[in-house]
Amino acid sequence: MLEEEVERLYKSGQIPGLAHPYIGQEAVAAGVCAALDKDDVIVSNHRGHGHSLAKGVPEQAILSELMGKDTGMCLGLGGSMHSTDLDCGVIFSTAIVGGGIPLSVGVALALHMDKKTRCVVCFFGDGASNTGAFHEGVNLAAVWRLPVVFVCENNQYAISVPVSKSTSARVAHRGQGYGIPSRLVDGMDVLDVYAAASEAVSRAKKGDGPTLLECETYRYRGHGMYDTGLDYRTQQEINQWMERDPIRTLEHELVKERLATVEEFEVIRSRARSRLQDAVKFAQERPYPSVDLLAKFVWA
Amino acid sequence: MNTISYAQAIREALFEEMRRDQRVFVLGEDVATFGGIFKVTKGLLEEFGSERVRDTPISENAIVGAAIGAALMGYRPVAEIMYMDFLNECGDQLVNHLPKLHFMTGGKLTASLTIRTQYSLGRNTGAQHSQFFPSLYMNVPGIMLATPSTPADAKGLLKTAIRGKNPVLFLECASLYASKDEIPSEEYLIPFGKADVKRQGSDATVVAVSRMVGEALAAADALETEGISIEVIDPRTLVPLDTDAIISSVKKTGRLITAEDGCRTCGVGAEIVARITERAMDYLEGVDRVACPDVPAPFSPPLQKAYMPGKTSIVESVKKML
Repeated sequence: MLEEEVERLYKSGQIPGLAHPYIGQEAVAAGVCAALDKDDVIVSNHRGHGHSLAKGVPEQAILSELMGKDTGMCLGLGGSMHSTDLDCGVIFSTAIVGGGIPLSVGVALALHMDKKTRCVVCFFGDGASNTGAFHEGVNLAAVWRLPVVFVCENNQYAISVPVSKSTSARVAHRGQGYGIPSRLVDGMDVLDVYAAASEAVSRAKKGDGPTLLECETYRYRGHGMYDTGLDYRTQQEINQWMERDPIRTLEHELVKERLATVEEFEVIRSRARSRLQDAVKFAQERPYPSVDLLAKFVWA
Repeated sequence: MNTISYAQAIREALFEEMRRDQRVFVLGEDVATFGGIFKVTKGLLEEFGSERVRDTPISENAIVGAAIGAALMGYRPVAEIMYMDFLNECGDQLVNHLPKLHFMTGGKLTASLTIRTQYSLGRNTGAQHSQFFPSLYMNVPGIMLATPSTPADAKGLLKTAIRGKNPVLFLECASLYASKDEIPSEEYLIPFGKADVKRQGSDATVVAVSRMVGEALAAADALETEGISIEVIDPRTLVPLDTDAIISSVKKTGRLITAEDGCRTCGVGAEIVARITERAMDYLEGVDRVACPDVPAPFSPPLQKAYMPGKTSIVESVKKML
């Protein structure tokens, strides 16, 4: 719902720059973040709006940032690809593919040295699993047995290049090469994600080191707002994945199991929509940051 | 005053800061058991243990990334990158992440950390183990650059770097590690952005960086015997750069020569000359850059000798100008 609003704001020129929609991958952020305690932290990437939302960052702060307004979580200095909300445990999201991995290892090192039972989750895509940063970061975390969970969101494409043409082996199989547990997860099933993440988080907090999860998922939209997503894949393929939509599937199952009713979902949806509309209005009404901000944060 | 080497001075700074602040820790290739390939970190492991003195794999990007992540969580890491050339291995963390984190999060993140490295020009280590290219990082706002030329400066600047809030790239010079000089016996810090006028003079200003400071002082001695007086300035930190100190000197001497161990094009000298030209052009009678030619560093000793700037090239530059 948030991302549909982002698309609308982008197309009407209210969100400048780049924005990478998370639609289709919701089960990953939701399942992983549900397995975390409030003081656990995440490191995210360029497709990070869903991660922030799942970790509890208010829509107002997300949308204000995307629109470059002064109430953005980074005061409008970061943009769509950069999220930091320390109260919610969102340490940073990087716009460099793979760049968050070594940094998350450092966050894990700090948590380890603090001797507290906390962990960090690092989200990245299948594309990032082919960077040197992935290799260096996962190896170092494994050698030092650090409390980090590496969550690869395999959405099948690195922009236009499919996994089959870019990735020599299943990302999950790479864990074995570093001597760490790894698992292939159905990234369209929030319960499978939650179960796998819970196990990985518990391992990290027990001091048993990192885990690599490969969550197989799909982005319904293009890589970024400028991309239709249809130059390198077919509508038929997209439709097939959409048939397994994680939100609809969960709703269907919960209703079937009589754990919730269709009406309850309507209420949830309506509340979310109304909160979102308030957030959009709030962000639209906020001013752009003062030009004084330009040089204010170069040095601490 | 105590007389110690440049390497000992750096080691003393590390010992003192690690004793003072539990958040300070050291990581890098061969820094623990081996004590660093130049033995700068020798003894740290024995005193502080393996949690705070960490050997790493040969993964420069992960070393700097790990230092950044820990710094964001409140630690004060001192990462060692064995050779300056290897900074190119961690360019993503060093250039795309570290200097921008405070800025692009609207001040929410602060990465207080120090990255120590050294350049080895003059030790016949060839083109991939000799480079000195600080101006690359002067072009990236958000990271400070220190270039100590003496044991006293090395110790005082490193302590300041470790205690400071901003990321610092601390550039040591391998051929200076064994050089000895006096340092104060009581604790001291040296501020960033304050140049040291090493020698007063009236005919030309030589702004020398790192190893070239000693060469400039030797040139000053040689020129003095011919009745030529040069002022030698060591900026000590390139970011922030004490431009005012250089301008004051140039207003007095009218001539500016820069001296560095890096290549000439777009080097430190280029930036200094540009700044002084912008602000004091009317005072300038002559300008020159003493630097390495725009050639990778050669291995063979006679070629290396021809390649490296030094006392003689400074003397020639001054004489040509007068």
